[in-house]
Formats: sequence, structure tokens, C-alpha cells
Amino acid sequence: MEEPLIELRDIYKVYQMGDEEVRASDGVSLTIRRGEFVAVVGKSGSGKSTLMNIIGALDVPTEGEYLLGGEDTSQMSDDQLADIRNRMIGFVFQQYNLLPKLNLLENVELPLLYAGIPAKERRERAMESLEKVGLKEKWKNLPSQLSGGQQQRVSIARALAGSPSLILADEPTGALDSRTSREVLDFLKQLNQEGNTIIIITHDSSIALEAKRVVRIHDGKINFDGDVNEYAAIL
Amino acid sequence: MLQSFKLALRSIRSNKMRSFLTMLGIIIGVASVIILVSLVNAYMSYMTESFASLGTNQINVNVINLSSRFVSADQMYEFYEEQEALFDNMTPMVNVDTAVKHGSDSMSSTSVTGVSEGYLDIKDYGLVQGRNIQYSDIVSRQKVCVVGYYVASELYGSPEKAIDETVKIGGYAFRIVGVTERQDKESMKDGGTDDFVWLPYSCAVKMSRNANISNYIFTIRQLDRADEAREQIEEFLYGIFKNEDLYNVVAMSEMLDSLNSMIAMVSAGLGGIAGISLLVAGVGVMNIMLVSVTERTREIGIRKALGARKGVILEQFVIEAAVQSAMGGIIGILLGSAATRLAGAAAGLDATPTPSAVLISFSVSVAIGLFFGYAPARRAAGLNPIDALRSE
Repeated sequence: MEEPLIELRDIYKVYQMGDEEVRASDGVSLTIRRGEFVAVVGKSGSGKSTLMNIIGALDVPTEGEYLLGGEDTSQMSDDQLADIRNRMIGFVFQQYNLLPKLNLLENVELPLLYAGIPAKERRERAMESLEKVGLKEKWKNLPSQLSGGQQQRVSIARALAGSPSLILADEPTGALDSRTSREVLDFLKQLNQEGNTIIIITHDSSIALEAKRVVRIHDGKINFDGDVNEYAAIL
Repeated sequence: MLQSFKLALRSIRSNKMRSFLTMLGIIIGVASVIILVSLVNAYMSYMTESFASLGTNQINVNVINLSSRFVSADQMYEFYEEQEALFDNMTPMVNVDTAVKHGSDSMSSTSVTGVSEGYLDIKDYGLVQGRNIQYSDIVSRQKVCVVGYYVASELYGSPEKAIDETVKIGGYAFRIVGVTERQDKESMKDGGTDDFVWLPYSCAVKMSRNANISNYIFTIRQLDRADEAREQIEEFLYGIFKNEDLYNVVAMSEMLDSLNSMIAMVSAGLGGIAGISLLVAGVGVMNIMLVSVTERTREIGIRKALGARKGVILEQFVIEAAVQSAMGGIIGILLGSAATRLAGAAAGLDATPTPSAVLISFSVSVAIGLFFGYAPARRAAGLNPIDALRSE
């Protein structure tokens, strides 16, 4: 067995909404090993976004421990979180989240820039990454000159550029038509076959079926965790 | 760092109109500081120059001679000779209030003054014709005189023709022995710098019917010893008069000092008013940066998600504000310099923007960017990446 990349130990995240206490994560424990392809599935309001924020080191839990690559993030400062995000995680967002005024190359270079990599190497690695998603020739274009599918590929290139331990995709096909969705999913599968650890957050069970393992969240708790075939059986 | 500069320039370029309006405040502020400070400086040096031409090395002495306590010209000369290390020259000054006549021509504007042979050096005038008043003229009360260029040309037609002619002063005939060089190159008029007659002071004293002379001019050898020289004279006069109210000693260099400090005060005051406009411009910068942070919340969220530390975001926004203000500052300097020259030419002053005014206003505008950009930048840096990503 591979060593665990992600270890959530009894995670609670509590928000105060007026008088009401909302438990967005209510005692979640989860282990994900290197090389896994996991879908976290749940309806809106189930707490899957909160979980994704914690896994992505964008947020810290109210209670519990989260080990990312063996490092406990629950006590980290903002800058330490920024560093570990930069080193360990490649984000793929639903809205692509490319910077509109930067060209493709500059967009893909961003995580490398914040990692303090020198300009020449930065450029080479970003180009390699763009080549992987088949958009090398368009490096000078602005994101707005690309189709949605292409933009999502750029954001995957950006996620790959820093050679992260984990690719965290939040509804990666949410803004795409079914054909381009297929492309993006196939691409993520291919990346997994090449050894990348991938987590997809989605509300869509059919997309969850593309993964190898499915974790279902309901009311802040995990109510299913198992192989994709088991998941298919209970649908 | 370099990246932040590039980003700043890009951001300024992509919002041209807004950037320009933000800069406008700084441009006006910087330009007005430069114009005001430079014009005041030009005026100051103009004043200093015209003051210096009156003789900054002079010390004017004025005494009130009483019948019981008085100082004579001989006593003054004795004092002067004792202090020769300090004083370069000395002359009594006796004003004679009378018209100057030649035949039927009469000039009432001409100043007639009894002086010593040293006065020519004190005034630093040269002679175009003849000789200066001599010590022997003074001792023997010779009725000779040196006249200004204007007097010579008005009464006799030219300096050459004036020599050895006589001029009637207060009923006495004086022989003209010398004519000074023309001082005012632009115009010669009644009461101008060339309209005077100098007599031996011994003659003038007799004509004025005062036994003793109440005005003297000393010149000092070293300007930085003006204080010491003035004190020496005061001490000497106190020894005679025993009363500080009976004499008055004024060093011209001290007058110049007080004039300069007064002008410096005016300059600082005007600069301060212009500085307020810079402050207002700074608030404008802050306002725009706050808008910019709000507008770019999503961008900030993305950058933070990708691993940008707080410091990096802070740097990006602070540098953007500083670059913007610095650009405004440079434009303001160029505009202010041009306006200074124009205004200077219109006022007949030799006005050039002083390097210090340029340097100060440039650094102030950069400082404004840093200072007023800091609060919005901090806000940007402190944004929570999740909230920032969620914003539209």
C-alpha cells in the first residue's frame, strides 16, 4: 500500500449563522493514498465544499487534525497555508479562474512564480505543461479568446505546472457541455494513470462514477466510502 | 518585485482613464509645489542680489550727538585705525539738503553728500574722468567735488566737458574734479543711482552747520565677522555715550539674514499650502486603490489559492499605488517646470525649478503612493481566499 497523502482525523467545521450553529463538517475522517482517484460527491449544502476547502488548505478545521503529506495544517498560519497549497495542490475550478489580463503562459506560470522559481525555468515548465494539454501554440492568447473546454485545459495545465502531489478539481465540468466534459474527464483519468493523485468534488453521481473510489457526504458526515463499483450498485 | 512592477504597469494601462484621473490630483499637487517654490526662490535670489548691490559688507552707524556727549569724526577715525584688522574702510556721511546749480540750470533731485576719500571704494565705483576726492582736500576743505554720470551729462553734456567746471551747491562754487562711471545701464533719471554729488565731508559739515557728524559707514574685511565688528563699534560708542539709545549700529549682512529668513518662511508657507493639495491627491489614490481591491477580489482569491503569500499581494498593490503616484509625480514635475519658466518669464524673473523642489516633490509623490496605497493593499492581502474566490 502507498503511504497516505491525505489524512482527515475527526474533522469538525462549525459556522455561526446568526443564532444557529451550522456543522458543515461533522466528524469527518478520511484517508487518501497517493495515486488514488477519488470523487467526493454530495448535494449542495451537504458540506462537500467545506471539505474541499479544508483538503485544499484554503481553510482550517474548527476541530480535528488534517495531515497533508504528513504535515498538520490545522495550526498553520495563512502564509504557511499558502506555501503548502503552492507546493502540494493543483486546483481546477468550475469557473476555470484564469486571470483575464494575463496570457495563457503567464497564467500557467503563476504557481511557479509564487514558488520562487527563476524566470527561465518557469517559462520552460509552463510551456511543457501547456504542451501536455495541447495548447502550446496558443500561449500568447488571452483566456477570453478560448472556448470553455480550452480554458479548463489551461487551468489543468496551471494545476500541473507546479508538479503538485494532489490535483483538486472542484466541479471541473460544471460549466462545460457534455462533449467537452467527456474530454476533461478523460484527461483527468489519463493524468491519474500517469500516477497523479486526483480528487474531484461534484454534485453529479454520473461524474463520480468516473473515479475509482467514491466518498459521499451528507449533512457534514461521510455516509458512503468505497469502490466505484459498490457505489454504482447502491445508486 | 520586478513582476510586481510589470503587473502595476499593466494594471495602470488597462484602466487608462481611471489611472489618469487618479494621477491628475498628484500632477496638480506636484506642479503647484514646484511652481510656488521655484518662483519664490527666484524672487528671493532677485531680492538678495539687489540687496547685495547695496553692500552687504557695510555697517551703518547713526549717532545722536548731544552737547555734553558726542563723538567727533577724529575720534571715529582713531577707532577705525585701531581696528584696522576688522575694518576695510570708513567714511563719515553728511547729507546736504540743497539744490545743485550750474548757470540757470538747477537740479533738486540730486543727492549731495559729504564723504571721505574712501567712499569711492566703499561704493565700488570707478571714475570715467578726473580724480577722486583726496585726503588733502578734506584736511584743507577744498571746494572740489566728484559728480555722478547723470549730473555731468545733464549739466555739461558729457563727463569730459564737466571736468574743471564749477557747480554751485548751497551758494558755494565747487570745482568738479572727477566723474564716476555710469552705474545704471538701462536708464538714467532724476534721483537715480547716477544722480549725486560727493563733497569732502569737512566742507559739508560746515555747510550743514552741525558741529559733529551723525552718520558713518564702515566696511568690514570679512563678512563672517559682521557680528564682531558691530559689537566693537557698539562698545566704542557706549564708552562715549553711556546710553544705548543715542546710537544705532546696523550691519547690512544681518538685515540680509533676516530678509532671507522671512522669505524662507513665506516659501515654506506657500509650499505647505501646495502640500495640502498633494495630501488631497493621496486620499484620491487611496480611494481608487480601494475600488481596485474590491473589483479584483476574485483575482486576489485566485492568486492566494495558487500560493501567493500575504506579503506578495501587499507588495503588488503597494507597488501599483506607488508606480501610479510616481508617474503622476513625473508628469507633474515636467508640467511644473514648464509652467515655472513661463511664469518666470512673464514676471521678469530668472525662474528655474530648483533641484531640491523637484527631488522633494517626486519623493513626496512616491511616499504618498506608498502611504495611501498601504491600507487598501493590506485589505487585499488580508482577504480570505475562499470568500475572495466566491465573489463575482
